[in-house]
Amino acid sequence: MSLLQVNQMTHYFGGLRAVYDYNLSINRGEIHGLIGPNGAGKTTIFNLITGIYTPTEGDILLDGQSIKGMRPHRIAAAGLARTFQNLLLWRHMTVIEHVKLARYSKIGYGLMGAFFNTPRRTKEEAQITRVAMDLLELMGISHLADTVVTNLPYGAQRRVELARALAIEPKVLFLDEPTAGMNPEEMEQMIDIIRQVHRQLNLAIFLIEHRMRLVMQLSERIQTLVFGEVVAEGLPEDVRNNPLVIDAYLGKEVET
Amino acid sequence: MFAQTPLLGWILGIIVASGLERLVGLPLARAIGLSKPPVLFGVDIALKTPQLLPASLLYDLVIYLIPVILVARFLNPLSNRVSAWLFRFPLGVSALVHVALLYLGLELWTGVSDYRVLVAKLMMIAIMITLSLNVVNGFMGEFSCSHPGFMALGAYIASLLTVVFFVGSNFGPAVLPAFIGPFFFPLALILGGLTASLGALLVAIPSFRTRGDYLAIISLAFLFIVKSLFENLEMLGGARGFGNQPNWATLPVVFAWTMLCIWIINNFVESTMGKALNAVRDNELAADAMTVDTRKTKMITFLFGAFWAGVAGGLFAHVLRYVNPSTFGLQKLAEVLAMLYFGGLNSVVGSIVGAVGYNMLSEMLRPLELFKWIIIPLLLILVMIYRPTGLIAFREFGLHNILQPKKSHNKDEVENVPPAS
Repeated sequence: MSLLQVNQMTHYFGGLRAVYDYNLSINRGEIHGLIGPNGAGKTTIFNLITGIYTPTEGDILLDGQSIKGMRPHRIAAAGLARTFQNLLLWRHMTVIEHVKLARYSKIGYGLMGAFFNTPRRTKEEAQITRVAMDLLELMGISHLADTVVTNLPYGAQRRVELARALAIEPKVLFLDEPTAGMNPEEMEQMIDIIRQVHRQLNLAIFLIEHRMRLVMQLSERIQTLVFGEVVAEGLPEDVRNNPLVIDAYLGKEVET
Repeated sequence: MFAQTPLLGWILGIIVASGLERLVGLPLARAIGLSKPPVLFGVDIALKTPQLLPASLLYDLVIYLIPVILVARFLNPLSNRVSAWLFRFPLGVSALVHVALLYLGLELWTGVSDYRVLVAKLMMIAIMITLSLNVVNGFMGEFSCSHPGFMALGAYIASLLTVVFFVGSNFGPAVLPAFIGPFFFPLALILGGLTASLGALLVAIPSFRTRGDYLAIISLAFLFIVKSLFENLEMLGGARGFGNQPNWATLPVVFAWTMLCIWIINNFVESTMGKALNAVRDNELAADAMTVDTRKTKMITFLFGAFWAGVAGGLFAHVLRYVNPSTFGLQKLAEVLAMLYFGGLNSVVGSIVGAVGYNMLSEMLRPLELFKWIIIPLLLILVMIYRPTGLIAFREFGLHNILQPKKSHNKDEVENVPPAS
C-alpha cells in the first residue's frame, strides 16, 4: 500500500472535463513530478487532492484512509501540506507567525487557554515557537523571524511558505511550481533546500514544475499531463524522450 | 528627557496631579476666576466663554502639566527601581500593580465631579465596544454592522434580570434580597453577553457560508430587527424605554470589566489560535491549507465579539440606568465604527486610543453643538487620508515593553531580568 494513492479520479467543471481517469501512487520518501503545458490541469489535480474541490469520480487514499470529500483543513491536518504557485502568504503577519500558525491543528490548550493565558498555553506556545524556529533554521531564514513577510525578497518568501508547510509535519508535501519567478541562482538554492528537506525528513514530495531541468534533477518518477489526461508516466529519462511529451510541449510537425 | 520615564512614572504623575486637584483644585479655580475646577481640562469652559481661556490654561498648567512633568522627570529613579523590582515577579504581577495604580489615579481624578465619573464610565464602555468590534472588523477582516444590536440585546437582557429580580417591575415585586444583588450583577452581564452571542449565531450561520459582503448586509438587517423588536415589545417599555436599573455599575465595577475585557481579548489575539483570525483575513485559502478550521474560527470570533458587545451593553444600561431602543441605531453604529477606524485596525492599543480619543473629543467639543459634528467628521477624514487604517493600526507594543523599566541605577540589574511572560 502506497502512502498516497489516487484511483481513477475524474473531475468536471460543469460540462468541462478538467481531469480524466487520473491515477497516482506515491511511496514514503519518493519524489514524484507532474509536468504538462499550461492549462493541462496540474494545479487542478493539486486542488482536488488537497480538498479545495471534491472530485466527481474516483477515490483518494492517504495512508489507506479515504480523504475524498474532507474539508481542506482536515486533509492538511491528516498530513498533506502544500505550497501555492502564486505564494499565498498572510501579508500582515511575521515570518515566525506564519510557521507557528501551521501548528494550529496540534494546539491543545483550546479556547479557554487562548482567553485566559493558562500555564498550559504558555508551555505549548513556547514549544510551538521552538519547532518554528528550528524550521526557520533549516530554511536559513531564522534571522528574519520577526519580519513582516511583505518586506521580504521573493526567494525568502518562498522559503517561508515551505517552512510553513513543513510545520504541519506532513506525510506528503505538495509543491506547486516552487521556483516560479525565481532567477537561476535562487532556483539552485531552492533545489538544494528541497533535497535537504527530503533527505532530513524522509518526505514524500509531489512536485509540479515547468522547468524541465529541475523536475529531471529531483524526481524519481514523472507524469505528463495533457488536457487533463496522463499521456506518459515513468522514469525521467523515458518521459523526456517520449514522443507524446515532445509533441505536447513543442507541438506536432506539420505533415506536408 | 522623558525617554527614561517608565509607564509607572507617568501613572504616578497622574496620581499626584489628581491628588493635588482634590486638595487645592477648588480654591485655585476660584482664585483665578473660574466658578469650579474645569471638568475636562477647561476646553469646554473656554469654548463657552472664550475670555476664560487663559484661566483654564493656567489651571491645566498648575494642576496637571507641571506636577506630571515634575514627577515623571524627577521621580524616575524611584519609578524605574520599582518597575525593575516588579519585573522580578511574573509579568502578571507587574500588570496588576499598574492597573491598581491606574485605578487609583482614575478614582482621584473622577472624584471631583459626577460628570467626570459618567464620562469615564462611558469611555471605558466605549473601549469594550471598540475592542469587540476590532476583533471582527480588524483582526478578522470581516465587516460587521450589528454591534449596536448586540449591545441592545445585552443591555435589555441584563436590565431585565436585575430589575425583575431585585427592583420589581410590572412583572411583580422583587423576588431576591437586595444584598446578593452586586454578586448577581456579573451573572446578569454574562447572560446578556451570551444572549448577544446567540443573536450573533443567527447572523453568522447564513453569512459565513461564503465570503464576501454578505455579513455587512445581514448584520445591518439584524441591527434593524433588534431595534424594532425592542421598540415594539410593550412589556419592556417599547419605544419609551426601560428604566429603574439598580445602581451597580459603579466606577470600580466598570473599570474591572473593562480590564477583564482588554485582558481576555489581548490574550486571544496574541495566541497562535488568535493569529488564525489574521490568516483568515489575509488569505483564507492558505489558512485552510495550513490546518486552520476557517469556518469555526469565523463563527467563534463573531460570537466572541458579540459577547463583549453584549456585556458592554449591559454595563451601559446600568450606568445610565435607563435604556431606549433608539440609542442602538445607525448613529451608534457610525460612532462605534468611527472609534474603531480612528484608533486603528488590528491593534488592541489602537482601539483604546480610538475610544478614549473620540469620547474625549466628543465631550470636550460639546459646547460647539452643531459645529462639533463638522469638526469630528473632518478629523476622521484627515485620519483616513493620512493613516487609512487608523492611528495605531497593525501594531502592538507588547505588555512586556510597555511595563518595563526604562533605565536603572544598576544597569546590569535590568538586563539580567529574564523576560517573564
